[in-house]
Amino acid sequence: MTIKLSIENLSKIYPTGEGVQNIDFHVNEGELVTLLGPSGCGKTTVLRSVGGFIDPTSGAIKISNKEVHHLPSEKRPSAMVFQSYNLWPHMTVFDNLAFSLKLKKVKKKEIQMKVEEVLTLVHLTGMEKKYPSELSGGQQQRIALARALLLEPEVLLLDEPFSALDAKLRHELREELREIQSKRNLTMLFVTHDQEEALSISDKIVVMNNGHIEQIDNPQEVYNAPNSLFVAQFIGRMNFIKGKSVNNTIQIGDLTFIHNDAYTGDVTIGIRPEDIQLATANTRNIEAQIDKIMMLGHFAEITLKTMIGSLKMFVDRQQMEQFVLKSTIPIQLNNFLVFKETGEVLNNRRMEVYENI
Amino acid sequence: MWYLRTFGKRKIIEFIFLCLFMLFFFGPLLNLLLLAFAGEWQYPDILPKVWSLDWWSFVLQDDSLVRSMWLSFLIAAIVTLISLIICIPAAYAFARIQFPFRRFFLFSFLLTNAFPKMGLYVAIAVLFYQMNLMNTFTGIILIHIINTLMFMTWIPSAAFENVHKSQEEAARDAGASPIRVFWHITLPMAKPGIIVACVFTFLSSLNEAEGTFLVGVPNYQTMPVIMYSIIADYPSTAGAVFSVILTLPTIILLFAARRFVGADTFANGFKMK
Ligand SMILES: Nc1ncnc2c1ncn2[C@@H]1O[C@H](COP(=O)(O)OP(=O)(O)OP(=O)(O)O)[C@@H](O)[C@H]1O
Ligand SMILES: [Mg+2]
Repeated sequence: MTIKLSIENLSKIYPTGEGVQNIDFHVNEGELVTLLGPSGCGKTTVLRSVGGFIDPTSGAIKISNKEVHHLPSEKRPSAMVFQSYNLWPHMTVFDNLAFSLKLKKVKKKEIQMKVEEVLTLVHLTGMEKKYPSELSGGQQQRIALARALLLEPEVLLLDEPFSALDAKLRHELREELREIQSKRNLTMLFVTHDQEEALSISDKIVVMNNGHIEQIDNPQEVYNAPNSLFVAQFIGRMNFIKGKSVNNTIQIGDLTFIHNDAYTGDVTIGIRPEDIQLATANTRNIEAQIDKIMMLGHFAEITLKTMIGSLKMFVDRQQMEQFVLKSTIPIQLNNFLVFKETGEVLNNRRMEVYENI
Repeated sequence: MWYLRTFGKRKIIEFIFLCLFMLFFFGPLLNLLLLAFAGEWQYPDILPKVWSLDWWSFVLQDDSLVRSMWLSFLIAAIVTLISLIICIPAAYAFARIQFPFRRFFLFSFLLTNAFPKMGLYVAIAVLFYQMNLMNTFTGIILIHIINTLMFMTWIPSAAFENVHKSQEEAARDAGASPIRVFWHITLPMAKPGIIVACVFTFLSSLNEAEGTFLVGVPNYQTMPVIMYSIIADYPSTAGAVFSVILTLPTIILLFAARRFVGADTFANGFKMK
């Protein structure tokens, strides 16, 4: 695999002191990499540095192994799709799309052909004569994507392109984007604060927090093996229980959690709701009282009261008869993670045993 | 009554207000128009007794009057052009660049219009005397431009602010240099605002009397300046004819601008957010 975009030790400090620091990752050819993180963590700052709209304070940006960070954006082989206000309202769809081609002095016939082709790709054939104001929000973003594609960029940059759209449309466009990406073997850097979006479309996720990178991994790993408390909190749902570790054991009530890495100090145990299940054997059961049931479509979120604290679990709709409000059930924990006080995960690989004495 | 039945009381009241408003707004204009074509018209009559074009031929045949008209239009055109050239870059700077005294600068434009005009003009006149600008064409142009700086900066500046940064950046991304971006994206998008500002500037220059009087008399007499003497020396009908001529370009320009601005970019703003 060849590296298409590499960001090396990038820092951007705004006069206010905010910004991003030590950003270091790469995007392989044909890969879709997501920058994920809460608002204000610096995703846009990184993306705009790549696009050439921000001057980084230090560090290097290379596209196809050529340094680009000293080039103005019109000279960079990247194209950007913005969150909103992408299109030029005084031009028709055709003129919006043809703008870059006309600058390149492409022949009229060829422009016509290319525009038609890209409109087919984004499912908007026959829209050439419309003005942006005559398009829906979703159509506008599709045209913006089409315009970026016409630049034939080596790296396509997208800054929350669907976040102004409603949930259903967002899903649709997400899938279309993935399709177009594989059809054209595009290399993409995609910014979002929506973890579900990131998990569903990415080859690789760069989780950011407060101006730095927390974790770089594929979606599976980021979900299954978050390497910090922050990532665990930000991605998916997780139950957290505070405790104290002495060497390899954490004692909470009658339960002893055993982990591989010897550590003494305050810790947080993290358990995903789907890792809590009705006990199937007689050993290692925990008694839990059903405190609350919330139906969420095809599954229910159940709040349990246990001796180690309040826990949430997910139950399929079909199995709901077994769960009666206020009744007591035996549960088992299939997996848990342990985080140090600093937020670092104690043992990056999940495993771990617990005992009920 | 059909009207009452279909629309109800509230609509009736609205209608009455509309009529009053129209009367208030167009009444004087209508009166002016009638007066301009009147031969003989006494107070209680609603319409003139005798119609006549005498004063029209008087005004249009008087060489000095016709010359003043040309002069007025020439000055207005030059003033509009020059202040366009000066103000568009300034307006863009105000809209885009965050420099420290931005607010102060914008405020200072307002200030020139806050003082009583005559006071400002007298101060300027003193300066003009020293610079030998009194009684010169340049002097008149300058004093008009001082008046129009405000429209020409404020209105286009607001228009430029409506062009989003991402729209300019998208054009950069597409391969356009900063100058091309300004020419192909920013300027066309701000065009409606700039046209409105030009119309305002042109009209305010066309109607400017005080400053022109102070700086230009006796060599340069524009329409509004001559108007004073006509009102003083001739029957009101002559004044009316002159007013109509002076008002006509205002109305034509406003309609033209509305049509142009309306048909073009204005309607094509974004639906999204
Ligand atoms: N032009 C600027 N001047 C000063 N500070 C800025 C500037 N742009 C961004 N910041 C600050 O830098 C930090 C990162 O901003 P950035 O826009 O990159 O965040 P983001 O992750 O894209 O957030 P969001 O999800 O809200 O878009 C924020 O704290 C922000 O306040
Ligand atoms: Mg952002």
